[in-house]
Amino acid sequence: MLAESLALSAALFTIGVIGVLTRRNAIIVFMCVELMLNAVNLSFVALSRVYGATGQVFVIFVMTVAAAEAAVGLAIIISIFRHKKSVNLEDINLLRG
Amino acid sequence: MIFDLSVPGGLMGALVPDIILMVGAMVLMLVAAWGPESASRQRTVGFGSLAVLAVTIIAVLVYAGQGATAGPGIIAVDGFRWASDLVFLIGAAATIGIGIESNPRDRFLSAESHVLVLFATAGMMILAAARDLMIVFLGVELMSIAVYVLVGINRSSVRSAEAALKYFLLGAFSTGFLLYGIALIYGATGTTSLPVIGERIAHFALGGHGMLLIGVGLLLVGFAFKIAAVPFHMWAPDVYEGAPTPITAYMAAAVKAAAFAMFFRLWIESFTLIDGAWLAPIWWIAAATMVAGNVIAIAQRNIKRMLAYSSIVHGGYLLVAVVAGTSLGSAAFLFYAVAYSLATFGAFAVVSAMTRPGVHATLISDYDGLWTTRPWLAVGFGVCMLALLGFPIFGGAGFFAKWYVLQAAIASNNDLLPLAVILVLTSLVSAGYYLHVVRVMFMRPRPENAPEPAPLAPLTRIVLVGSVTLLLALGLFPQPLISWARTNAAVTAPEARDPFPIAPTLR
Repeated sequence: MLAESLALSAALFTIGVIGVLTRRNAIIVFMCVELMLNAVNLSFVALSRVYGATGQVFVIFVMTVAAAEAAVGLAIIISIFRHKKSVNLEDINLLRG
Repeated sequence: MIFDLSVPGGLMGALVPDIILMVGAMVLMLVAAWGPESASRQRTVGFGSLAVLAVTIIAVLVYAGQGATAGPGIIAVDGFRWASDLVFLIGAAATIGIGIESNPRDRFLSAESHVLVLFATAGMMILAAARDLMIVFLGVELMSIAVYVLVGINRSSVRSAEAALKYFLLGAFSTGFLLYGIALIYGATGTTSLPVIGERIAHFALGGHGMLLIGVGLLLVGFAFKIAAVPFHMWAPDVYEGAPTPITAYMAAAVKAAAFAMFFRLWIESFTLIDGAWLAPIWWIAAATMVAGNVIAIAQRNIKRMLAYSSIVHGGYLLVAVVAGTSLGSAAFLFYAVAYSLATFGAFAVVSAMTRPGVHATLISDYDGLWTTRPWLAVGFGVCMLALLGFPIFGGAGFFAKWYVLQAAIASNNDLLPLAVILVLTSLVSAGYYLHVVRVMFMRPRPENAPEPAPLAPLTRIVLVGSVTLLLALGLFPQPLISWARTNAAVTAPEARDPFPIAPTLR
């Protein structure tokens, strides 16, 4: 079971990374980031079957932090929507590298 | 004093400075939220935050003076922690000092901005103390989430909102890598405690373990994003340009120093034995950061973007100290963090002073002939530029900062001579943009229609005069700072305890 869970977790993480790199909607990019975090949570839970409770405690911390991050992230997305009437990353181009 | 971290009382005792800061920040958050936004509330909370920082600094100094230590546990109690804390706390005080005066000029009055600086600083102090990957993660997130908000705190500015969105998305993305790295390291070693990881790598000869190596690599990617090392630096110039000026200074100096303090402890306590596999990538990242950062910085027209690339480059110089991987390296880091923070805050105090309500004077050409209208401002900015360049005498401590990084690189067992040569050569390139600013200020005529900069507000003046004086004084008498950095450089713990040495089963 362990190997399968870790493989699934790696696949989900990769999907999240690809999503962040290819999608252009800020909300969907953010959802892909959440997918990455939850893929890692799956790894932690799977590993804690081998090593004991540390992994599960870590998952609780990750979920709490992800919730705080989501609150801040959605507020930032709303504040940019008020200025631009869009959350498309291609419209967000005042600052240029 | 020795704290026993296995009992709650001992843990609380080891965290007293952090707890003072957090409790003070929470009380001030209530004060800030108690009534409508106003200029007077913004000042009250700002000065309250400065008072909380002062109390925390005193607590840190007391602990450092006692030479407190701790038994094995999740928190380190050593000189390196207190020394790093002092850098963050003084940086936070400078940020709030500039912010109290520049926020009304930028037309926003949110008192929370000062409190969020305190929260971010609490995260940094936790990072400097962390001896467990779980605490590392919490520290990184406490710091980063507060800074995401700070970048976008000016809600009326579309640039600020855009910078916040970019920083948030890339920051959260890099957190994913950091976290996956931690999970894989946990999977390979069966523990999240830094010294125990190091012990198990040695005991079970995990140096070539694939899962561990991938985990460390992902951790490295997350860290490189946080310090904006090439090729993970693309966000930095945009975010630094869009963020309010004091917050830009805070990110360039304190956030970067915190990430490095964490990485030094992580690297020296846990991963010295797998150096071989990851030394070469860090070597290349350091070289690429120094070369690319310096070359792109020359082309910048905007002073904030120029300083952003300069901060990327200084991250590259500090990576050289990381690769050196010795206590000589971490001593060089402490010295560098002090000198670089002073120069950065001095420079951004001037950038902030040049801004008038509604007018952003952030182009390098806005500094044309500053010498003729505001000679002392020009001199102060010039000293900060020379310090960032590492110029002897006139650049003050900046010269010695680079000197000690070079010394650590040359003394290290790893073959770092090429990296030292790159450091020196790219420093010469950096003269192209630092000296350009100096030349513009002193040798060009002031344009006829250029607005007269507003008189320097008192707190900004204190930050500028304080940084410049300290830079020059430490340039003439660097000995106290050197011995301070040397005595506090030891990152390694006294002893680690591995209560359940389970052999990691995942091979």
